[in-house]
Amino acid sequence: MENFFNLVPLIVVLPAIGLLINLFAGKYLGEKGVSIVAVGASASAFFVSVLLWIALVDTGYKAAVVDMPLLDGWIRIPSAGVDFPWQFRVDTLSVTMMLVVTGVGSLIHIYSIGYMHGDQRFPRFFVYLNLFLVFMLTLVSGNNYLMMFVGWEGVGLCSYLLIGFWFDKPKGEGWKNSEAARKAFIANRIGDFGVIIAMLLTFWTFGTLDYYKPHEEPIHAVAHAAEAEEPVFAPEVETEAEAEAALAPVSPLGVFNQAHLWLEEGGHRVDFGLFTMSLKGTLTVITLLFLLGATGKSAQIPLFVWLPDAMAGPTPVSALIHAATMVTAGVYMMVRSNVLFHAADVTSFVVTIIGATTALMAGFIAMGQWDIKKVLAYSTVSQLGFMVAAVGVGAYSAAMFHLVTHAFFKALLFLGAGSVIHGVEHGHHHALEHSHGTHHDAEPFDAQDMRNMGGLSRRMPITYWTYLFGTLALAGIIPFAGFWSKDEILLDSLKLGTEQGRLDGYIGFALLLVAAAFTAFYMSRQLAMVFWGKPRSEAANQASESGLPMTIPLMALAVLSAIGGFLNIPDGFPLLGSLFGVHELTSWLEHSVVYAHAGSFNLLMATIAVVVALGAMYVGRLIYNDRVLLAVRRDPLETDPRTSRAFALANAKLYWDEFYFKYIIWPFRDAAYWLAEKLDWAFWHDFVHERIIYGSFRRATDLLSGPIDRGIIDRAFNDVGVGIRAAAARLRTVQTGFVRTYALGVLFGAVLVMFIILFPVIRELLGM
Amino acid sequence: MEAPEVATELYVLLSAILFILGTLGVLLRRNAILVFMSIELMLNAANLALAAFARQWGNLDGQLLIFFVMTIAAAEVAIGLALIVAIFRSKKSINIDELHLFKN
Repeated sequence: MENFFNLVPLIVVLPAIGLLINLFAGKYLGEKGVSIVAVGASASAFFVSVLLWIALVDTGYKAAVVDMPLLDGWIRIPSAGVDFPWQFRVDTLSVTMMLVVTGVGSLIHIYSIGYMHGDQRFPRFFVYLNLFLVFMLTLVSGNNYLMMFVGWEGVGLCSYLLIGFWFDKPKGEGWKNSEAARKAFIANRIGDFGVIIAMLLTFWTFGTLDYYKPHEEPIHAVAHAAEAEEPVFAPEVETEAEAEAALAPVSPLGVFNQAHLWLEEGGHRVDFGLFTMSLKGTLTVITLLFLLGATGKSAQIPLFVWLPDAMAGPTPVSALIHAATMVTAGVYMMVRSNVLFHAADVTSFVVTIIGATTALMAGFIAMGQWDIKKVLAYSTVSQLGFMVAAVGVGAYSAAMFHLVTHAFFKALLFLGAGSVIHGVEHGHHHALEHSHGTHHDAEPFDAQDMRNMGGLSRRMPITYWTYLFGTLALAGIIPFAGFWSKDEILLDSLKLGTEQGRLDGYIGFALLLVAAAFTAFYMSRQLAMVFWGKPRSEAANQASESGLPMTIPLMALAVLSAIGGFLNIPDGFPLLGSLFGVHELTSWLEHSVVYAHAGSFNLLMATIAVVVALGAMYVGRLIYNDRVLLAVRRDPLETDPRTSRAFALANAKLYWDEFYFKYIIWPFRDAAYWLAEKLDWAFWHDFVHERIIYGSFRRATDLLSGPIDRGIIDRAFNDVGVGIRAAAARLRTVQTGFVRTYALGVLFGAVLVMFIILFPVIRELLGM
Repeated sequence: MEAPEVATELYVLLSAILFILGTLGVLLRRNAILVFMSIELMLNAANLALAAFARQWGNLDGQLLIFFVMTIAAAEVAIGLALIVAIFRSKKSINIDELHLFKN
């Protein structure tokens, strides 16, 4: 089964083939053909991932590095010691990501068939989706940072293309969509800048960008990171790798093992030419820059602002790219770099604070949104904050665990929201047909506004039940998926505080616990506003359930949301542990994530988390009861004087955009104007170019052309000409036209010649 | 018996007189034929001087040169008279003062 490893290029090639077919033949295939090609490409990539999984299990989780056929020597400059092969890395971490990306991706492909039905650019949508898979799988499967970055940029491009997919919607809607797309792209570019610099520094420090060289095993510390601050090494490390090290020309070790060995030796300094820096300091800088990239891609403070706007894209896109897969790329990158992050204490502190703050802040904003997708968008930002905070506290397997479960239930929630929007829009059209000619026609209707919904549980039962599963998973109710992963993150951060006395552990725990309460609250609010009670609009009253292509993925994801948590049951949990095994995901990940460690079950912690979640849901249910919603037709928190100010703050998204405009974008624009007008135009153009260069040149040429050229040279030539002309005018009179005059001239000439010839004779005769 | 010697100076004097007469003829006469004849006169004045000097020095070079001059004079007459006839035909006049086509 080791041969299965050689299949790994297919996971990139298959979606690429799918997209090429749809790109060139999509017009002629019809919706059905396009769907078969796209879903087939995605599903076969999933199948390959499963084969890789089997192969990994079969070979004892030994990571494999596979060269891309034909393209292995991708960038290779031997004389400069630069070698970036396009190698695939099949290890437990990358296969986890592949399974999530292709699995959830395939379900969302199927869903999109129903959701995008009738769209005029149906083939293009699937081309983009397959292109996204190509890049996302390149991102997670590469064996070096450069391949990851290629995928990183590619998914950014797909995100841009898909957010702005409906760029031509009428009434300014399309304009807003394309602006959201640009915002996402630019915010991500800022993060990408960090990744580029971090990669350059990594290459400078380690001489390679490979995670691990082929045939190199990750060096594991004997003791788990949580138990020993300074890792101790196993005695039998890497004789094989060291033997190869002697042969290989440059950088015999990959980045992580090299970092490991140097940290173990201690005292290694990195030479930057002008100065040297300790390895720890360098790693801190590198990881902080990687963190900047992660805040862009994974929507953390300060670059998260693009993600809520990205909901302008079609809902399957929000589910696939902006909830389940692409936005987790930053978390994946940090987990992949866990050796570096583990070594950089300062960065870990910053990561924890950023993650936890983002989780809390986004949860707060989510409570004040009316748009069904905006709530989920901020929820995604918040949950990504959980993952990032988990990385910060060193709970790398918990971060991956939450990444996986979140992919299940957030994809489910987005798809459910898409189904709701679809249903309400249908209801709206239905209602319009029945009340044709009345005032309904002119009224603008927002199918995404939760205030227009209510009572959908009866109209859309499948959507409702699956949505309920997603909600419970997200809120962290036992035994749904979110409970296990969130609990592990909370416990790990608290343990970092209690066991190692680290302040960021306590801060992270406190912020995340409040964020978890917010999560439960806004989800129960959403359930109440969308599904419970009585319909608050005619459209909601006549909404209809979506078709099978949309509901089948919903049901599949609902099952995954319900049982996804059993992947990683903590030890000490009664019954389930013996049923599903303990720490399955962690022990699986341990083979590739050096600092992965398992969390143990803590009854008190779990009870607190569940009680907080249930309490928050109950409070939400109390506030958003049907009577109040129907009576005020507004938000109860908005009208209540005690909470109206906080609600307004949340509803205005804490003024992040306004803050950025006021303190960054407008000053930046003003500075740009100033530079353009004063520096460039007034100083550079008017003064330097016009006055100094052009002016002095002008004066010099004036001097040359005026007095010197015209005054001296021209005058000289002209005067010669005038003189010649005057002389010629006089000489001309000699030409009388009379032959005899000429004859006389000849005579005089002859006499003169004679005289000259005879002059000596004459002189002699005269005796002179 | 030798013929009485005539001094070379007299020949040269006659030659000079003939030459001056020829020159005056060229400069003063308006009739092209007369100008032409004056030129012949000047040529023959030169011939006379050549012959006189040749006799003076007993050298045949001068007399040889006379033959060349006479040959050229004959060719000149042939061309010159033909020109005059042609000019007379077109202008009905051989007054050389009227021959100034290039001037105006």
